[in-house]
Amino acid sequence: MAWFNRKEKGIITPTTEKKETPDGLWHKCPTCDHLMLTEDLHKNAYTCVSCGYHERIGSEEYFEMLFDDHVFTELDANITAADPLQFYDSKSYLDRIRDGKAKSGLKDALRSATGKINGVDVTIACMDFTFIGGSMGTVVGEKIARAIQHALNTRQPMLMISRSGGARMQEAGFSLMQMAKTSAKLALLAEAKIPYISLLTDPTTGGVSASYAMLGDFNIAEPNALIGFAGPRVIRETIGKDLPKGFQTSEYLLEHGFLDFIVNRKELKSTLTRLLKMIWGQ
Amino acid sequence: MLLDFEQPIAELEKKLAEMKRDFANNGQDPDIKEGIQLIEKSLHNLKKNTYENLTRWQRVQLSRHAERPYTLDYIEAMCDDFVELHGDRQVADDKAMIGGFGSLDGKPILFIGHQKGRNTKQRQFRNFGMANPEGYRKALRLMKMAEKFNRPIVCLIDTPGAFPGIEAEERGQAEAIAHNIRDMFMLKVPVICIIIGEGASGGALGIAIGDRVLMLENTWYSVISPESCSSILWRSWDYKEQAAEALKLTAKDMQGNKLIDGIIPEPLGGAHTNPAQTYQTVKQTILDTLKTLETLSPEDRIMQRIDKFTAMGVYEENI
Repeated sequence: MAWFNRKEKGIITPTTEKKETPDGLWHKCPTCDHLMLTEDLHKNAYTCVSCGYHERIGSEEYFEMLFDDHVFTELDANITAADPLQFYDSKSYLDRIRDGKAKSGLKDALRSATGKINGVDVTIACMDFTFIGGSMGTVVGEKIARAIQHALNTRQPMLMISRSGGARMQEAGFSLMQMAKTSAKLALLAEAKIPYISLLTDPTTGGVSASYAMLGDFNIAEPNALIGFAGPRVIRETIGKDLPKGFQTSEYLLEHGFLDFIVNRKELKSTLTRLLKMIWGQ
Repeated sequence: MLLDFEQPIAELEKKLAEMKRDFANNGQDPDIKEGIQLIEKSLHNLKKNTYENLTRWQRVQLSRHAERPYTLDYIEAMCDDFVELHGDRQVADDKAMIGGFGSLDGKPILFIGHQKGRNTKQRQFRNFGMANPEGYRKALRLMKMAEKFNRPIVCLIDTPGAFPGIEAEERGQAEAIAHNIRDMFMLKVPVICIIIGEGASGGALGIAIGDRVLMLENTWYSVISPESCSSILWRSWDYKEQAAEALKLTAKDMQGNKLIDGIIPEPLGGAHTNPAQTYQTVKQTILDTLKTLETLSPEDRIMQRIDKFTAMGVYEENI
């Protein structure tokens, strides 16, 4: 059984004495397997230096990328989930929230903030997928509603960054009504003629896409994001057929007329600035 | 077709009918008469007991009862005239979503509603009450027309969900529903929404933004159906009863959580056991509610509509 033994090329280090690579120094792209320094990934707006794959980043990274000098004021940071239905499946909802907080270091699946993008004051609400799949419950809905109210009060353009599987089942009817709550506020924002830009990222589906994510004056998306109402698995099961290639991607939605444009994350800030210049101020 | 919990009641009803026949055939025997009264009493008690103590899943079953009245049944029974209108002016006419002007005791109202079919052929024709984007767009087109001609709107909701299909996605299911939700907030005319059967998620909400949102007693309204919830959270279809309990999706639950404005009572045994009475109750509720809503200015109605939905939800805030 010689092939078990490392006889050749002098590899003799026992496993116990092997040196560990420092955590997080290297990053492997999940789509093209390209190995890059994590630092290079960050410099490249968290997109793969080889294939351009957009990593699923959250509010911390977006706020850092978009706000001038990383300066911003967080809004409504102290709202946390309650468990009005005492929801229990294999685990209680309160336990899920606790685990979600521990795993992500966040309080819920969305953070909102105000600051400047190349000198223009804006309000941004950004979803965090790492917290229970970015699902939308009352906290997400309430924080979006308040962020829109903030944009209304201060007359700041509103940017919404969505990344979510949809409504949070554990808050059932309450989650459903967050679709109504956020859309009501957006109706007021539209009346006040304040711009609302909705950036859809991978993935944006369900109750999130069927409310605030699709209501932008400008609906824009990152490349190759999954965007849709029903998830691909549900559609496949319903119609009993395989889905066409590229179905429900950003490019597919652009082709069918539901997006204004697709923006590479590296150009997000400059593109937003150019767009806002055309429609806002003076 | 009988549901499990309808079985004992049906048996007792059958026995009662037999005894009544005997009573007529046997020269009105006073002993039989006494028996009839006894059975009538226990039948009433059994019904009361059964329907007051239904589990949430049993209510879901009642909401989908094969004989339950559907949108067009209500319209036909309640209206003295109805002109159905079709099409979204873009793609197609969605048969799962119907609309048109109807007259309720001479009062013209725009009716919108999901439509289910009663037999296999009709069910396919109506796509099981699952609307496509053109259904939502047709509904909004008609609602804006009602606003133009200053007519109130009544939406009857009964859907297992918006249709999840390739074409639906291609034509923007999410956008269509979102657009409806936002624009219904700004309608200047009174809007009443009534869940008459199933109120599944965004597919229901797409026509359910109103000054009053009411549920019939044996209906459900939630973010997902118990079956789908079971398949996602329990990874099996077998936990629908538990899922229904967990979702708290009945009219009583939804009212208790301040997510709807009221409950319309059904006849003992459910809407299908006495449709005529159900239609009458719903009709009277619509007329009474409209009377109240019409005392407000359009601006006040819109403001109250927005405030009501904005207040929904429970959370904690530490300042």
